[in-house]
Amino acid sequence: MGNNVGKTVFVAFALCLVCSVLVSTTAVSLKDKQAQNAALDMKKNVLSAAGLLNKDTDVNEVFSKFSTVLVNLETGEIVEDMDSATYDQKEAQKKPDLSIAIPADADLAGLSRRAKFGKVFVYKDEQDQPQIYIFHITSKGLWSTMYGFMALGSDLNTVKGFGYYAQGETPGLGGEVDNPKWKGQWIGKSVYNEEEVVALKLSKAEAPKEGAVAEYRVDGLSGATITANGISSSIKYWFSNHGYGKFIDMVQAGEVTI
Amino acid sequence: MKIKELVFDPILKNNPIALQILGVCSALAVTVQLKNVIVMCAAVTLVIALANMSVSIIRNHIPGSIRIIVQMTIIASLVIIAEQFLKAFLFDQWKTMAVYVGLIITNCIVMGRTEAFALKNTPIASFFDGIGNGLGYSFILIFVGFFRELFGSGKVFGYTVFELTKDGGWYQANGLALLPPSAFFLIGLIIWILRTKDPSQVEPQA
Repeated sequence: MGNNVGKTVFVAFALCLVCSVLVSTTAVSLKDKQAQNAALDMKKNVLSAAGLLNKDTDVNEVFSKFSTVLVNLETGEIVEDMDSATYDQKEAQKKPDLSIAIPADADLAGLSRRAKFGKVFVYKDEQDQPQIYIFHITSKGLWSTMYGFMALGSDLNTVKGFGYYAQGETPGLGGEVDNPKWKGQWIGKSVYNEEEVVALKLSKAEAPKEGAVAEYRVDGLSGATITANGISSSIKYWFSNHGYGKFIDMVQAGEVTI
Repeated sequence: MKIKELVFDPILKNNPIALQILGVCSALAVTVQLKNVIVMCAAVTLVIALANMSVSIIRNHIPGSIRIIVQMTIIASLVIIAEQFLKAFLFDQWKTMAVYVGLIITNCIVMGRTEAFALKNTPIASFFDGIGNGLGYSFILIFVGFFRELFGSGKVFGYTVFELTKDGGWYQANGLALLPPSAFFLIGLIIWILRTKDPSQVEPQA
């Protein structure tokens, strides 16, 4: 009996040792490659939101024309003392020291928490003038929190592109947010109306082609009311003063230069 | 048993999904696109084969009292290694299947084969038994994946076969095919066909 217990412990111990060595060797030796993949994937998401991603795009080269800034969403000012390259807004949202609870009366989109700092990607032309601003946004859908980017032109009002890079909505219904045709409609729409209020949202059905509001409407998603409402309300939230609104005002007033 | 039988029997005669009804969960989950199906099948086949072989090598030293947990540890380690490789070399596929790769650990086929076969057979036979069961699993998944992708998004391996109405074509996509329950219907069909062709697979009526 004693022998049996000894052997059992020995086999268990030896097995754990062998397995852990194998697992950790693989994990450590592939770590760099995985980190590269994840970074490349993020860059692709940014480029695709800005409409700069084609089949033969050199992702790293195009991305090098972007500069990233961290924005303190509370004040609209740029945060200087943090490394914007390594900041991950999606992760920050989950960390107590990097995120805040959204007050219930301001929580239009049902997000409950948001990161303190927003990461903004800015694409500059040869004259060093900002052409495209890309904002990270989150929306609550029916099943999942959706993470995406909104790309605005140099006037910080005209949409240059919109899309989610992570979502878990119903395929074929809410999942149609990934449909290129639907995403294409966003281009050229305006976020703010003449009173400087966020007016861009999804229609209940097909968006009006002309008329006063056509500029601020995108087709609804049939069979996905909750996903659609989540998108509309989150745009309202992220581009109001609780989100990027203050930063956008300051850039437009020339108080912040990038 | 001959190697040929070990490898080819589980495909039609003794299919792990269709006859043993194991591993149905992942057959529902990852079969929306054939591309993912192929990656999943390759991962599962490799894991079963290697787990079977490893368990078989040490089968005479595994104390009966911790038999299950020993097998589980080996399987879990192999799955983690497989996942790390996918993350490094097939990142896009890994992203769409993320959690299901990890869930290979709980795929009953893997544990079922180590317990039922590898503990009693030589490493080489166990290895081929693993390959065979992996192929049997792959056969069903590819069948299900083919029809779900074709009817759900009008494509095969990402290439458009039926032009969808939403892209200006003629085919109205079948929403059900995109959702996991549609795999039940397809697996049901396969089981029906297999058992009609080979009545010995039908369970005796009580």
